[in-house]
Amino acid sequence: MSHVARSKGRAGFIAGFLILPLALYLTFVIWPYVQTFGYSFTNWSGQSPTFGFVGLENYAALMEDEVFRSALWHNLLLLVFVPVITILLALFFAFMVNAGGRSGAGGVRGVRGSAFYKIVYFFPQVLSLAILAVLFGAVYRSDTGGLLNAFLAKLGLVDPAHPVEWLNQPDLVLWCLLLVVVWHGVGFYLVLFSAAMQSVPKDIYEAALLDGAGRGQTFLRVTLPLLWDSVQTSAVYLGIAAMDMFVLVSTMTSGQFGGGPDHHSEVMATVLMRNFLYFGKSGYACAMGVVMLLLTMILSVVTLRATRRERIEF
Amino acid sequence: MGSTGEGLGRRDLIKRSAALGLIAVPTMSFLSACASGGGDTSTKGPDKGLVSKENPFGLAKGGKLDVVIFKGGFGDDYAKAWEAAFDKKWGTTSSHLGTQEIAAKLQPRFNGGNPPDVLNDSGAQMIKIDVLAKGGQLADLTAVLDAPSIDDPNKKVRDTLIAGTVEQGTQAGKFVALNYVYTVFGFWYSGKLFKEKGWTEPKTWDEFLGVCAKAKEAGIGGLAHQGKYPYYINVVIMDLIAKKGGLEAMKAIDNLSPNAFEGNPAALAAIEAVYEVVEKGYLMPGTNGLTHTEAQTAWNQYKAAFIPSGSWLENEQLKQTPDDFDMKFLPVPVLADSKLPFTAIRAGANEAFVVPEKAANKAGGLEFLRTMLSREWSTTFAQQANSLTVVKDGVDPSVKLRPGTQSAVAAVKAAGTDTFNYLYPDWYSEMDTDIQNASNELMAQRIQPKEWIKRAQAAVDKAAKDPNAKNNHRS
Repeated sequence: MSHVARSKGRAGFIAGFLILPLALYLTFVIWPYVQTFGYSFTNWSGQSPTFGFVGLENYAALMEDEVFRSALWHNLLLLVFVPVITILLALFFAFMVNAGGRSGAGGVRGVRGSAFYKIVYFFPQVLSLAILAVLFGAVYRSDTGGLLNAFLAKLGLVDPAHPVEWLNQPDLVLWCLLLVVVWHGVGFYLVLFSAAMQSVPKDIYEAALLDGAGRGQTFLRVTLPLLWDSVQTSAVYLGIAAMDMFVLVSTMTSGQFGGGPDHHSEVMATVLMRNFLYFGKSGYACAMGVVMLLLTMILSVVTLRATRRERIEF
Repeated sequence: MGSTGEGLGRRDLIKRSAALGLIAVPTMSFLSACASGGGDTSTKGPDKGLVSKENPFGLAKGGKLDVVIFKGGFGDDYAKAWEAAFDKKWGTTSSHLGTQEIAAKLQPRFNGGNPPDVLNDSGAQMIKIDVLAKGGQLADLTAVLDAPSIDDPNKKVRDTLIAGTVEQGTQAGKFVALNYVYTVFGFWYSGKLFKEKGWTEPKTWDEFLGVCAKAKEAGIGGLAHQGKYPYYINVVIMDLIAKKGGLEAMKAIDNLSPNAFEGNPAALAAIEAVYEVVEKGYLMPGTNGLTHTEAQTAWNQYKAAFIPSGSWLENEQLKQTPDDFDMKFLPVPVLADSKLPFTAIRAGANEAFVVPEKAANKAGGLEFLRTMLSREWSTTFAQQANSLTVVKDGVDPSVKLRPGTQSAVAAVKAAGTDTFNYLYPDWYSEMDTDIQNASNELMAQRIQPKEWIKRAQAAVDKAAKDPNAKNNHRS
């Protein structure tokens, strides 16, 4: 059998395996996109199979929709802060747990009790977002029945007659939500980075130690560059979380599908759902869906391009 | 050290799939809900039965009946009892679904042209009636109104209903939704707390503020409200407007008048009155951010004197209410020179039951609704769900009511014909949401009454531009 024929046979073999998933992908992912695109040019109410064609009217209205625009800004804000804060914290903890310990005669290891920390840090990841929303709802509760308010009142930092209405404060609500996402995510990325760090040969660290590198230098010059691929992947995944945010915002904040107070925690998904299911403006909501699709496509390309580095082999 | 083998390929794969995921995930959930089926117009209903006084819709014996019930504060046991009775009488086989996810479960069925025969469209995830009606998805229920009543075949069903039921369920001139539960709105307080402190029931807004002041002195909040859902404080604001300005002021809002709020002295007086509660510090601390259950439970724990709500409150709070709490209903107190008396209340029908236009067994659905309006089924409901129905004298006198419901019934009697009810929340979801947002800002003292008026008027003006606005008008 010639070389070419053999590789051809293999290609056919692989294609055979791919046809079914590809068909499923086309039916359940691509086709709905196409449908959404179609609906975005109609005044479909979402509750009836009849609708009229309105051309670009929905997109024109979208340009002037201040609520959607502020939601977009909130998403972008989260897109910057969620990955950066989560990854920095996860990297720091992972480094401390794996290589931050006092170097004994035996070489590189984590701080004392690191095996225990790894498990504890992973806990939040086990909880579903819905449970998380309830949990932090109790933390941020706006009277002294809330954990934070009760705690601050005990310390005398908050007047019990005027507790902080965390999720009802325009300038606090987004940061409160951000904290929940970070709290949820750090553990997972810590474990991910730990695994990556453990695959780094010990002799590199030992060499760095012998050359007199401190913890900070070891981290910046050795660990981080060797982990870059993992960091990049994490950034993309966290980007997904930041572009979505629907579950947390819709359950924790005030308003129909969340977004309150007065649109200060609005994200695109909540505006979309409100228009889609509550206002009966589904065609309009589909236009939002298309805009979200375009934005996320652009962002994913930018993220992958911007974080491209020369690969370090080991 | 290392090799450039499969490791890289795998990582590339992860990265690429992550990139694809970034595109797919946020829009996915929405898209899957988006797909709609074609409109199947073929209606293969069961055979027609003979039309008679006992069987006005010509329902054939046997066949199937598909019922979907919102399983919320009232549960769905009452519906199961109804279905059993219906099956026994008509030989049908009922399928029952009790759910809170009305929109998620029913939207695909409406779009696919195979909706149930009876739907109790309610709860936080309901499909808005105005949206369904506009889409031509709801059957005209006028036939039910004109059919003979089960209890007295010489009377039409229409004449056995409490006033306002038909108006409430009418969309664009067509009666499409039977709102079954009769609800009154206003403040609620604990008879026990008031007795202990020697407070009396306030009849004017000044007296109301007086009790709030005394409550503050006693170290508790005057007014609690369900801040996370500004719907409730809007009840107070709108009731004050209707009482001060009379029915004209209310209709001006429902009819999207250009001076519904702006330049309307009743509206300004009402919003300033509510703001006074905030300004004087009579709100229960933290109430602006609480959910309805959190706020109501705090009120049950005597942390506040008053809370606004509808008469479902008692059933909703059954477990949290102390045995000796002695729940009492209070009509919203009046401002000086109000056109309506203190006893006037917002009262109306809610909990919509509809029959979809494309129901497979439409006659069965209509007959089911007619039977709901019998005294027997109405009593079943009152017993199982602790609430009154829109059937006049529809509850057997032998049924014992809880104190809150009892005081609500007394208030209904005292009000007589002085009842009113807003329609804009059913007609204009977007306007309602905008006004709620403004009220939330006002209660948090981030805007002033004048700004509230401006924002409420802007919401009205926006709704007036909606091409569908011309379909709704009340006189």
